[in-house]
Amino acid sequence: MSLLRIDDLSLSIHGFDILKGVNLIIEPGEIVAVTGESGSGKSMTALAVMQLLPDGARTSGSIRLDGQEILTLPETRMCALRGAAVGMVFQEPMTALNPVKTIGDQVMETILIHKAMPPDQAEDRAREVLTRVGLPPDRFPLSRYPHELSGGQRQRVVIAMAIALRPKLLIADEPTTALDVTTQAQILDLLKGLVDEYGMGMLMITHDLAVVADMADHITVMRHGEVVEAAPTPQLLAGMKHPYTKMLFAASEHQVTLPEPLGQEPLLAVANVVRDYPLPRTRLFARPGQHRAVDHVSFTLHRGERLGLVGESGCGKSTLTRAILGLEPVQDGHILLDGQPVYTGNRPNLAVRRRMQVVFQDPYGSFNPRHRVDRLVTEPFFLLEKPPTGTERRDRIAEMLTAVGLSPDDAGKYIHEFSGGQRQRIAIARALITRPQLILFDEAVSALDVSVRAQILDLLAELCAAYDLTYLFISHDLSVVRTITDRVMVMQAGRIVEQGETEQVFSDPQHPYTEALIAAAPRLPRRRPMVAR
Amino acid sequence: MLRYSLKRALSLVLSLAVASLVIFAVIEVAPGDPASFMLGVNAQEDTLAALRAELGLDVSKTERYFTWVAGMLQGDFGVSYTYRTPVSKMVADRMWVSLPLALYALALSTAIAFPAGIYAASRRGKAGDVAVMGATQLGVAVPNFWFAMMLVLVFAINLRWFNAGGFAGWDKGIWAGLHSLTLPAVALALPQAAILARVMRSALLDILGEDFMRTARAKGLTRRQALWRHGVRNALIPVLTIIGLQFSFLLAGSIIIEQVFYLPGLGRLVFQSISSRDLIVVESVVMLLVFAVIMVNFLVDLAYAAVDPRLRSRT
Amino acid sequence: MSRNLILGAALSSLVVLAALLSFVWTPYDHAALNIPAKLQTPGAQHWFGTDHFGRDMFSMIMVGARTSIAVALLAVGIGMSLGVPLGLTAAARKGSWLDELIMRGNDLVFAFPSLVIAILITAVFGAGAVNAIIAIGIFNIPVFARITRGAALSLWEREFIMAARVAGKGAARISAEHILPNVANLLIVQGTIQFSLGILAEAGLSYVGLGAQPPTPSWGRMLADAQTMVSFAPHLALIPGVAIILTVLGLNLMGDGLRDLLDPRIRVART
Repeated sequence: MSLLRIDDLSLSIHGFDILKGVNLIIEPGEIVAVTGESGSGKSMTALAVMQLLPDGARTSGSIRLDGQEILTLPETRMCALRGAAVGMVFQEPMTALNPVKTIGDQVMETILIHKAMPPDQAEDRAREVLTRVGLPPDRFPLSRYPHELSGGQRQRVVIAMAIALRPKLLIADEPTTALDVTTQAQILDLLKGLVDEYGMGMLMITHDLAVVADMADHITVMRHGEVVEAAPTPQLLAGMKHPYTKMLFAASEHQVTLPEPLGQEPLLAVANVVRDYPLPRTRLFARPGQHRAVDHVSFTLHRGERLGLVGESGCGKSTLTRAILGLEPVQDGHILLDGQPVYTGNRPNLAVRRRMQVVFQDPYGSFNPRHRVDRLVTEPFFLLEKPPTGTERRDRIAEMLTAVGLSPDDAGKYIHEFSGGQRQRIAIARALITRPQLILFDEAVSALDVSVRAQILDLLAELCAAYDLTYLFISHDLSVVRTITDRVMVMQAGRIVEQGETEQVFSDPQHPYTEALIAAAPRLPRRRPMVAR
Repeated sequence: MLRYSLKRALSLVLSLAVASLVIFAVIEVAPGDPASFMLGVNAQEDTLAALRAELGLDVSKTERYFTWVAGMLQGDFGVSYTYRTPVSKMVADRMWVSLPLALYALALSTAIAFPAGIYAASRRGKAGDVAVMGATQLGVAVPNFWFAMMLVLVFAINLRWFNAGGFAGWDKGIWAGLHSLTLPAVALALPQAAILARVMRSALLDILGEDFMRTARAKGLTRRQALWRHGVRNALIPVLTIIGLQFSFLLAGSIIIEQVFYLPGLGRLVFQSISSRDLIVVESVVMLLVFAVIMVNFLVDLAYAAVDPRLRSRT
Repeated sequence: MSRNLILGAALSSLVVLAALLSFVWTPYDHAALNIPAKLQTPGAQHWFGTDHFGRDMFSMIMVGARTSIAVALLAVGIGMSLGVPLGLTAAARKGSWLDELIMRGNDLVFAFPSLVIAILITAVFGAGAVNAIIAIGIFNIPVFARITRGAALSLWEREFIMAARVAGKGAARISAEHILPNVANLLIVQGTIQFSLGILAEAGLSYVGLGAQPPTPSWGRMLADAQTMVSFAPHLALIPGVAIILTVLGLNLMGDGLRDLLDPRIRVART
């Protein structure tokens, strides 16, 4: 008897079909990964097993846990299963814990709610599982509140809650997506260890194919609510049958060819830059402390060069970006574009600003929802002394929209009419319209699905050839930076710890931190070419 | 926690200082010469001079302000011009009607609103929710003093369960006093309870959408258990803000309601003083009301810290 | 459009129409005394009956609507025209001394309920409808400042504001071009709610004699007059009360309906 057996599961929410005839089997001790792009229904599959679906959801088919049908189980019986027989770990550790309760109370709650043991034993068990997930009570007392822990530590608490009663099945819904690579590697190790130790089955939902290939015994690929392919991992990696699976794997290790970088003429000079933030006042009459977000950073970006900047969250890369854009003053050092400071006196230098543009991460938050595309992409014209008007303006808009793969007719539409990938194209059009000398890409492809990301990377490569772009590409995603830049810098705790030719740095890292980053990043195994039988 | 409290206390003192300056400026500087304002246009020159001396108008404005503040700190609010008695004594007597009335109403309002709001949130979209929401929509629209008149009509004039007005006094026992404050408190409380119930409901519904509520359900809590164990305490944070604000409305509202029930509270005192142009009394009563509101906001700030551990550990 | 919005808009426009109509027509002269016809119950001749001076209640309600609407509307105007720029400024200069000053000022004004402001003004300058407008208006300022700042702050975190800053636009231009249009819905909804609260506050102030003075008719004073007669002429108290309730209910329903129509995520501050 399988631990979990899903047969012909269909789900609709308020009449919209979300899942269509999904089948899935998990055996004890086995990790089954469900993967796919956004909208594939992978998370809904997990929630269906927990029976925590949103209001208005209707299911048909069968979900059997240890032979017991779940879909027809009364809610009270389902409550007895959740937390005891099935545990669940969620994506967002920052919000998954109740901010006003201690971690000890929250872990103990799993035990007490099922009346599994008396309170004093429950407390011992809470200590034990917290120790098991790497939060020993001598360093992390049960009386800690969630806000006193980091993201990775909070995810460990969530895991402790999920495994406190040794469930037979653990469901992990994008458990490491919100975490940095080094933390991700640790959490994945922890989950794998737990599965081995307890002999649990694990249903793992993730969009990251490298994680999937690394962790899972069995892979299920979904698209638009349907399973397109399912096979044991080695088999699937060796011989994908469905074109969508092939496309997905190809896209996630997509490579582009950049044109040869141009000469060695310096464009952006960053020298000894320091950026301090005042910390919140801790004493009434003492001077507030300082947090040094950027610590004596120096580098030069040459004309026609594509430079990468990698680092984990909080390393100071966003702060550095804002300083280069002249949005904030720096406390020491200077930033020069073509020899001129980006920030003069106490205001940004507009003469320099008009030669720089930026593309942000969030394709949904980057645009004023009340403006049309023509107004959105021409916003940088505000920097020009004589902004083009009339036909010239129209032509420039049309040229840019065409260059990024959209149609000139799109100028009259509102932003909500576009998909995430199209929005990112519009963001690139906006950045290019003034023909800036330098573009900053701030995590510009991080929020996109792999197939869309591959298209945007292709677009960037094309634009490099057409417009001789010079850019600084800021990202936490090493594989993207590796293909889209000529040179790369690695940032840690406000400092640049290593910089050099991209290929050189990736194949032969010099600094231990670079080494750790590269080692932690999950990679797709090199696939053998398919052998004809 | 201590640091947080100290910081709030400092801001309390600052607010009181600025508020007293504003009140002083309006009452003692705006009318020009307060003495001739208080006595009217036909005042004799020697009575004017006498009053000026009595009010201490012969010194500079700055000095007068500090004398006033210093007096208040010692419980001396000056002497009423019309009644010739110390204002502190008059205010203290009236305070024993207005303050219990406001607190009584606050207690009623909270006691009604919490269950109603929680009930509506837990039955979201169902008949119970619709009924509670409809009732609160109506409750929000009812002027409390009109509602008070209707209560008098029904419960005092027709049913004769309560007196139509007047105050029994506390010396006859706490129950007699509470009894005569019941109709006024209900009149004050119901419209505020309607508002508070709506706030409670929407705060809870916001919390129900939070990730940690889903985590709680994944542990095996039922909807109701999750709502009570994880929802209510988090929802208290926005609700506390409203309770703090409501106190000032209840205090102000009690001044109006006192007119309906002929209660000898601060309201009666202040309206009599306005008509007799007794600025000294008006000034003191206003300062006292503002003091009460600022004080309650300070207490609400402390309550925040009790509810939310994030505030305790920050500053 | 929701049922709320239709019902609310219908009720509110009925009151506004009655107020406007009263400028050109009322069944009787609202101020005309007719002692022989005093204290009539509602009937064919006097739809809402007459008061103790024989004045026609229906006409008084129509003219009283004028006072209520004028006071509440002007108070919302004061609150918005000062509160919104203050809120925008505070958000644009988040964390600066200016932000701190504006927010502390807000807290201070919140400590003065409109009744207390009205008491202060009346004690020194005498009673009148203008007092009510100023008192309620001052109280509205921090309400609008606070919600504008709150909404603007979350907008300032958005990347499209960053993009505008990168395009060289200053805080004032960004506030006008990007922030204000995106908080407009919120302001419309909150404005409706403050309008209804203004109607209630005006009634309370004129009930205790701090608002409109005779001969200007107002619902609050009609209630004050009715108080001593409530045992034998309850319609004198019932009718103005119901008028207030229906107006406020209509505005609140309209506010909720507008919120659902414009942006269901809007949270109104209601106190």
